[in-house]
Formats: sequence, structure tokens, C-alpha cells
Amino acid sequence: MSAVSEVTARYLNLYNDNIDRINGISSPYINSFRQKAFEKFTELGVPTRKNEDYKYTNLNVFFDHDYRSLFMPVEADFAKADEFRCDVADLDAQGIVLLNGFYPTLNGKLHQFPNGVWIGSLNEAAVRFPDLVEKHYGKYAQTDKDGLVHLNTAMASDGVFIYVPEGVVVAQPVQVVNLVHAEEDIFNQHRNLIIVEKNAEFTLIICDHTLSPGKFLTNAVTEAYVGENSHFDLIRVQNEHNTACKITHTFIHQEKNSVASSNNLTLHGGLVRNSTYHNLGGERAESNSYGLFLGDKFQHIDNFVSVVHSSPNCTSNQLFKGVLDDVATGAFNGRILVRPDAQGTLAYQRNNNILLTDDAKMDTKPQLEIYADDVKCSHGATIGQLDDESLFYLQSRGINKREARVMLMFGFAHEVIQNIKIEALRERMDNLVMQRLRGELSRCASCMVKCG
Amino acid sequence: MEKEQDSILDEVTSGEYKYGFHSDIETEKIQKGLNEDVVRIISAKKNEPEWLLEFRLKAYRHWLTMKMPVWPNLRIPEINYQEIIFYAAPKQRPALNSIDDIDPELKRTFDKLGIPLIEQAHLAGVAVDAVMDSVSVKTTFKETLAEMGIIFCSFSDAVKEYPELVRRYMGTVVPYTDNFFATLNSAVFSDGSFCYIPKGVRCPMELSTYFRINAANTGQFERTLLIADEEAYVSYLEGCTAPQRDENQLHAAIVEIIAEKNAEVKYSTVQNWYPGNKEGKGGIFNFVTKRGICRGESSKISWTQIETGSAITWKYPSCILRGDNSIGEFYSVAVTNNHQQADTGTKMIHIGKNTKSTIVSKGISAGRGQNSYRGLVKVLKNATNARNYSQCDSLLLGDKCGAHTFPYLEVDNQSAIVEHEATTSRIGEDQIFYCNQRGISTEDAIGLIVNGYAREVINKLPMEFAVEAQKLLQISLEGSVG
Amino acid sequence: MLVIDNLKVAINGKNILKGISLKIRPGEIHAIMGPNGSGKSTLAAVLAGRELGVVTGGTVTYYGKNLLEMAAEDRAKEGIFLGFQYPIEIPGVSMVNFMKTAVNEHRKHKGLDPLSASDFLKLMREKKELVEIDSKLANRSVNEGFSGGEKKKNEIFQMAMLEPKLAILDETDSGLDIDALRIVANGVNKIKRADNSFIVITHYQRLLDYIVPDVVHVLYDGRIVKTAGKELALELEEKGYDWIKKEVENNILV
Repeated sequence: MSAVSEVTARYLNLYNDNIDRINGISSPYINSFRQKAFEKFTELGVPTRKNEDYKYTNLNVFFDHDYRSLFMPVEADFAKADEFRCDVADLDAQGIVLLNGFYPTLNGKLHQFPNGVWIGSLNEAAVRFPDLVEKHYGKYAQTDKDGLVHLNTAMASDGVFIYVPEGVVVAQPVQVVNLVHAEEDIFNQHRNLIIVEKNAEFTLIICDHTLSPGKFLTNAVTEAYVGENSHFDLIRVQNEHNTACKITHTFIHQEKNSVASSNNLTLHGGLVRNSTYHNLGGERAESNSYGLFLGDKFQHIDNFVSVVHSSPNCTSNQLFKGVLDDVATGAFNGRILVRPDAQGTLAYQRNNNILLTDDAKMDTKPQLEIYADDVKCSHGATIGQLDDESLFYLQSRGINKREARVMLMFGFAHEVIQNIKIEALRERMDNLVMQRLRGELSRCASCMVKCG
Repeated sequence: MEKEQDSILDEVTSGEYKYGFHSDIETEKIQKGLNEDVVRIISAKKNEPEWLLEFRLKAYRHWLTMKMPVWPNLRIPEINYQEIIFYAAPKQRPALNSIDDIDPELKRTFDKLGIPLIEQAHLAGVAVDAVMDSVSVKTTFKETLAEMGIIFCSFSDAVKEYPELVRRYMGTVVPYTDNFFATLNSAVFSDGSFCYIPKGVRCPMELSTYFRINAANTGQFERTLLIADEEAYVSYLEGCTAPQRDENQLHAAIVEIIAEKNAEVKYSTVQNWYPGNKEGKGGIFNFVTKRGICRGESSKISWTQIETGSAITWKYPSCILRGDNSIGEFYSVAVTNNHQQADTGTKMIHIGKNTKSTIVSKGISAGRGQNSYRGLVKVLKNATNARNYSQCDSLLLGDKCGAHTFPYLEVDNQSAIVEHEATTSRIGEDQIFYCNQRGISTEDAIGLIVNGYAREVINKLPMEFAVEAQKLLQISLEGSVG
Repeated sequence: MLVIDNLKVAINGKNILKGISLKIRPGEIHAIMGPNGSGKSTLAAVLAGRELGVVTGGTVTYYGKNLLEMAAEDRAKEGIFLGFQYPIEIPGVSMVNFMKTAVNEHRKHKGLDPLSASDFLKLMREKKELVEIDSKLANRSVNEGFSGGEKKKNEIFQMAMLEPKLAILDETDSGLDIDALRIVANGVNKIKRADNSFIVITHYQRLLDYIVPDVVHVLYDGRIVKTAGKELALELEEKGYDWIKKEVENNILV
């Protein structure tokens, strides 16, 4: 192993300086993972561009910086979290607000909802439901390549826990709002665990917002277990400011006949990296991974997707689309792995990108790795501009060129948005994207706490 | 149906490598192993000028600082460079102007391979440079070509007779620091082919090099340097075979192509090195660096390869599209059967304006073969209006093999249009049944389907090669029934 | 309304239109016929403002203005409509949004207020009925997944919505079965008024059974080689284009 880089050393020190405090506030079971994860992080470090999975993303801009790390919630801030109201019209959702990665105590820590559904703090759940947490925690967030997942396991102390019991259809989606608000530059990590038992249905919306203008770094891990015959929908809406760095790692494990979808909508953010891992662990499971990113100024947006077909007769879809303006850069790393026994696999992957300026840049790496023969797999990637023919068609109907371009970009983006099943959210997204494409700042439009 | 397929599989996997004989030709070898002295000995044996020795030594010293690449999707056993003989040459060096001077055993070898060294060559209209164990043994048609100003000779002769040309171009496309195997080659290369097409000349015949590894425990390290001056055209063919041996042998070659303004180079390869036996024992490690630069505007370089041999193939024939309006093409069929592994593809680097590239890659995996396409399309900031289209298909025959696609698209210019498409599937049972129903056996049906699948690429080969390639495909896939 | 005078157009250095002159007055229907590759579609595209090639000579005057200097959308707002031979599919853009934007751009150009959502939907409904277009089509993305016939009907529907002064229908009849052809032609006839004009580009005479032209032109090798009344279409149907080609060649020889 080569010498630890300076950047990695920062986080090793952070761990060494704070591990006692972290252990002090978290549950023993979660603590039991820390030492091993720390060793793994020491070995892997903060990913550099030499790491094939981070080839197109330079994390140092955000990782090589002095942040304050919060290991304990600050009570005074929770009033802020309490004030937050999502302004998506008609969105009927059960809201949860996390401030700087912590579950606000003002709302209580773990709530029971009808039909035995539990929503609340993971840390609390580890104490109240040790069997459940021990069965799933740390089981799906497996990687030998990404040190940041291990950094999260080593140090994150809380996040959202959701439990949907067998046979329960939760009609109302749950909305988790992650807020970052601090006077100083802060680094925060949170950890979510979602358990959807068999024959259940559940929709989760995660919204990422920043409320104050500092430099923020967030490294979040979500593990989701989707039981037999279950449906799980995850929609992530990211709308952070240009000096915020958001790194998410989402691991979705599926049992047989389950259907799981993930949709990452990145409207705004300084540096965004979303890693989504789908493991099709049971026969006839279906996974969908969608993503839309709109970048401008100096933004960088990287989507990494890994779909692993571990079982036969599963279907997977990936659709990621990006529009890059100004000097924004984007990356897509998509991977389909079909294991030797996963016969009858259908796997599709598509990544389309539009560059709006000569300074925007897109790197894409769609990959297929196939070890079974009875498969139908395809992938496609394009990088280009708006289609001239379509543009002319719109113009020939009297629509001016600028408007025609916006319409075409909107149509391009809508292909991803249309996969959102919640109508109110879908319409809101269409709206936000339209505003964004017209250059109207959409971040503040979606945020009730007017930070000015 | 399955039973029948199994029995066919058993029956034909016994189909042997047809070029696995080895010839009793007296060979001059040096001590095995690699050190600075070995590099000096090779250079001295070839009476090389000082500058070339310096080039080799620089490369060797650089090589010592390098590590073998680990990024390919390959399992490569450790290679002990001290066990390899880095120079082996047929002892009787024939006088190049007289066919009769060729060692009769050598002539028989090439006859056996079906390579027309003499009269047949005339009929086939192909000029041949035959390279055995890294040393060029015979170049035909040298005189005819010379009348047009075309230089086609062994690399060693070129060093002697056209040192300025060699010095001007060698290492300009693949620098000696390029990669582990290219650097190794730059240190120890023994021979190869050299070709220069002068301004405005269309080479009237196919130029061709046949490579043959014969001696045991040797590595083959040849270099090809091909220069097409302004408005020149040449079509170049390359074929390779090796005897059947139990140990792995290393082949680390370099091909450099330079295309000046309006020049066009077509480079075709039918690679059929010994692939190892059914159990994966033996076979050639084919680690080759091939690259061309379209230096002048409106120049074109087209690579076509049929890769059926070698235990492990690691090879990315690439185009640097520097001239405005230049064109790069890559057409490939790669077959891996039994325990063969291939990690192959291309790089298209768009630098000039209005540059175009096309990539068509057809991978066929059978047995326990692992086949990866790896390709880079890079559009630099000033490469306005760059266009790329890539189509990478994989066909799977059997459930123990693998097919992988690793494209990299890096676009830094708004006006570029880059498209990549790939599909992976197996031969459809319905296709086979359709053929069966029309009275075609399963084995023949697979042959038909595979050939149809690869036709787009095979069609890019010159006629004589296309027929050979088609046969080769069939032989390589014998017994692999999906 | 439209005067084309000696129009010459080259695409990639090749001369496609070699001097076309044509006058269209309000209320007229002109049919342009001719074999494949004679330049019919190029003429249509150039009139609508598609930047296909280079105008190497000649002028096009539309209501006294130099048409060639106008942007495609301005031509549309001035009343020129092109019915595409191959209507483009635009995924993700709904027909409603598309047409609403187009109609309101036209209204803005005329100094009118934009239509309210309900008035717009009412207008859509009326026009849909007029051209007998399936109302479901209007809820989908522009032309996406439409059959060939549906695409052509959608062109006529858009024409009805935008009420052009000059509609150019580029082989609107190709690929249509007889029922679809009748619907398309009926749509055209319903939209036809005393003050608007049509250029109907077609290969076959059958469309002209339904849309009766005032004048028929034959375009061949980038030139209008024959102009006559509607009976010319019948003659072409009967004899094909070869006699025209011969005639042209003879003329050149003479």
C-alpha cells in the first residue's frame, strides 16, 4: 500500500481525534463496524482520479479543506429545521427534516405510524430494534473501491431509519429533507437504512438543500433492502448551492419479484457525485435507475451506477441525461455486471448528453461486463447538441429559436422526469427544470427558508 | 437439441491448430535473460549505428522503472523476463536479392503456411516481407516497387539504407516511453518491416508481412514503420502464426503509421498466433502497440483486424487525428474460444477540425473465452465538428464465456457528435432453429450466423484475406455451440 | 403574394435548383409534380427557411418582402406553413405545449393577447374535429410513436391551428392509404379560403383528385419544364415522366 495522501490524512486525524466522542453518542452495534471500516478507509483513502470509478472527478477541491465536523446535534439549529416547509404544491408526503445530518430531537426520535411502519433516527432504532438493524445494517454497502463508503461507516452516527412491515402498502410517500445550515464550513456524514419487507410498497423522496452560503461537504450512505414482491421508489432531488459538495452512495438490494427505482435529479450543486448500486439478488427482480443533471457555471456532476445481475431472469434499465452549460463538466460511469448464473438477463443502459457551450465537457463510460450467455444487453451513449432538424421543425411553426431550444431541452429532460410517479412532484420538477433551462434560478424557488 | 450440441462440441473441439508445426531451422540465439548487455549485443549483432543503440538503452533504462499495466480485464500470469531469449534468428541469413538463397527448410515453412514467397506471390499480386523469429527473411518484389520509389524492406535494412527516414519517424507515433510493452520493444526489437510510399504514389499491390515465431523460449519483438507521404496510398496486410508449444511465448510488437496530407493507409491484420490448447496451456501473449497519426489534412488511416489467435491479446490500434478533415477507422472481429482472453479496441483522438472516426467492433466469445472491447474516443477542445460513431457488439456462444464492453467517451467540444452503441446477446435459438428447419446443421448454422455477424468487418479486408479470415473464424469457433 | 424569380440553390457545391420562376396569387392552388430528385423538396425547404444549401441566385418576394432574408420562424408567423414530408419526432415535448407556444407566437406577431388555457383547448378541440384527428394524439409528444398516417394528419391539424396564408405540402400524400388520404385532403379543403394559397408537392395524381389545383408545374432537374392546367396531372399519370424528359432533352438539343 502506498503512503497515505495528505488529503486522506486529514480524515484519518479527524477519526482519531473524535472516535471516542462518536462512540459515546452512537449505539454499540453501529460502533462495532467502525474500526474495520476505518482500516478499510486507511487502505483505500479518499478516491483520486487514479481510481477508475473516479476517473473524471477531482474530489480534492472539496476534501482538501478545513471543515468543522459536527458529531452532536446543536439544539438551537432545530428551530430552523422545524421552520422548513417544502413548497411542492399538493405534495402529500410525510415529511422528515434532517439538519446537518441529524434527526431533529424536537420532533421526537422514532415514530410509529399506522400499520406498524416506523420512521425515525437510525441511532435510536439500533437500540429499539436491534434485530432489524443487525440483520440489515452494513450488509449492502459493500465496496472494495470506494473509501468514502467506509469513511461514512467509520464515523457517521445518525440518519433516517424506515421500516415497512410485510404486506404494508404505504400510500403516502415519505419525504426526507436534508438541510445544511451553518455559519462555518462544515463536513457532515449521515447514514440511512430503509427496510421494505415482502409484499410491501413504499416511496421515498430525498431532497438535498443548503440553507446558508458556506462551503459544505456531505458524504451520505443509504442502504435499502427491498423484500420479495415489494415495490420501492426512491426519488432524490438535489438543489444545493455552488460551494456545496454532495456525495451520496445508495445501495439497493432486491429480493425476487421486487421492483425498485431510483431517480437522481440534480438541478443544482457545486460538486455532486451520486453512486447508485443496484443488486438484483432474487429472480425476476426489476430495477430502474434514472438520472437527470443540469450543470452550469463551474459545477461538476458525476453519476456512477452499478447494476449487478446476481440472479436469473431479472431486468434492469438505466437512463441518465445531462445538459451542460457554461464551463460545467459532467461524468457518467455506468456499469452492468451479469454474473455467470444470471441467465435470462435483460439489461439496458443509456446516457445522452447535450453540451451547450464550447467550454462544457462531458466524459462518459458506459460499461458492460457479462459472464452469462442467455442475455440481452445493450447500451448507448451520445454526446452532442440539439438536433437541427427538430429545431427547424419548431421554427417552421413560428416558434423563435431561443424558445425552440428551451423546448427541445425540456423534452430531452422530460424523458427522465416522466418516470416520477407522484404527479405533484413530477409537475414541480417539470416546472423547476423549465425555469432552470430559462436561466431563472430555481434553487431559491424551491426553498421556503429565504436565505437571501 | 442440447445433446446434439454437446456431441458436436466434443467432436470439433478436437479440431487442432493448423499451424502448430515447428521447423528445424538452425537458429542463432543469444543467452536468455535481459540486461543492458543483451541490449548492446542485439544492437551489435545488427551493426547498428550509435544513435539507435542509444535509443534502445534509453528505452531499456526507462523500462526498468515501469510496471506491467494492471488495468486490462485480463488474467496475465507473471512473466519472467530472465527466462526469455530476446534474440533468435535463422542462422542462414539469405541474401535478400536472391530467392534461391533461402534456406530450403525455411521456404518449406512458408509454403506450408500458404505464404507465397516466390512465384505464387507474383500471381497473387502481393509483395511479401516474411519475418521469422523477429528477423526479416525475405522481401519479395523489392525491385518492382523500387521503380516507383516505394521502399519496402526489413527494418534492419532500412536502418542501414535509409537511416535519415528511420531516424526522422521512428518513435514519433509510439514514443519509447509509451507503455510497458512498447518500451520493452524499443529496447530489444530485432527486426520488422519498413515501408515508405513517396509523394503522390498509389502503391499498386498489397504489401504484406508474415510473422512467424519458430524458436522455443523466444520472444518476438518486431517493429513496423509505415510512412505514406502526401497523396500516397497503400494497403498493408499482416498475418501471424506460431508453433504449438506448451509454454507461453511473448510477442510485443510496435506498429507506427504516419499519414501525411491526403494520404491513405489501410492496415489489415489477420492474427492467428497459437492460442494454447483446449485446457489453456501454452499460447502466445500478444501485447502489441499499434498507432497511426493522420498528420496531414484529409489523411486517412483505417485499421482492420481479425483476431482469432493468441492466449492473451492486449492491443488497441489507434488513430491520432491531427490533420483537419482526417479520418480514422477501426474494424475488428475478435474471437476468444477455450481459455483465450482478449482485451482489445482502439483509441480515436480527435485533434484537428472536422475529423471523423468510425469504430465497428465485433466480439465473439466461446468456451471459457473472455473478450473485452476497450475504446477511447477523445475530442479535444479545438476539434470543432468532430464526429464519431461506435458500434460494439458481442456475441456469446456458451455459458462459460464472457463479453465485456468498456468504452470511454471524453468530449471537450460542443460541436462534437459522439455516439456509442453496444449490444450483447447470444445466437438466438430461433435463428438456429430457422436454419435447422431449412435443413442446415446446427454447426453450419452457427458458422453462417457468425460469419453474417462479422461480415461488416470482413468486407473491409482485401479479397484474398477475406476468404482466409472467414475460414479462420469457422475453425476458431469449431465446437462452440450456443 | 409569392414571386419566385430565377431561384438557384446549390447543396454541397451541387446545383439542385437551376433557376425557378413562379408566381402565386391569393386563393390559388399550385401543384408541383416531378420525378424523384428533381428538386421538389429542396424548393419547399428553401421557401420555409431550412438552411440546406446556398442560394446562388434569384429572388423570392413574399408580400413585397425579401423572403430569403427572413428567419424560419418569422416566415411562419408571416403565414408560411410547411407540411413536412417526414415530420420530426420530438420526444418529451407534448403536442399541447408545442401548439400553444406556436399559436401564441403567431398571435403576438399579430399584436393579439395570448389565448387562455381554456380558449386554447377549445380551439384545439374545434380544429381536431375539423381535420378528424384522433384526440388522443394531442396528448402525446410531438409525432413520437405516430404512424406515418398519423404524422401526416398531425401536419394538417397544425396547419388548421396556424391558419397560414401559404401552405406548402411536401408529399403529404406519400405513404397514405386511401382513407387517410381522403381525411388529409378534406382537411385541406376545409381550410381553403378565397385568400389563402397552397403549393401541393406530389408524385402522384391521386391527391389532385381531392385537392383540385389551378395550375400544375412539372419540376425536372432543377427547372420548371412545363406548366399547364389540372389536366397535365392526368396526362402525367397516364404517360409517366419519360416523355417530359425526352421533351426537355430535345429542347436542349434544339
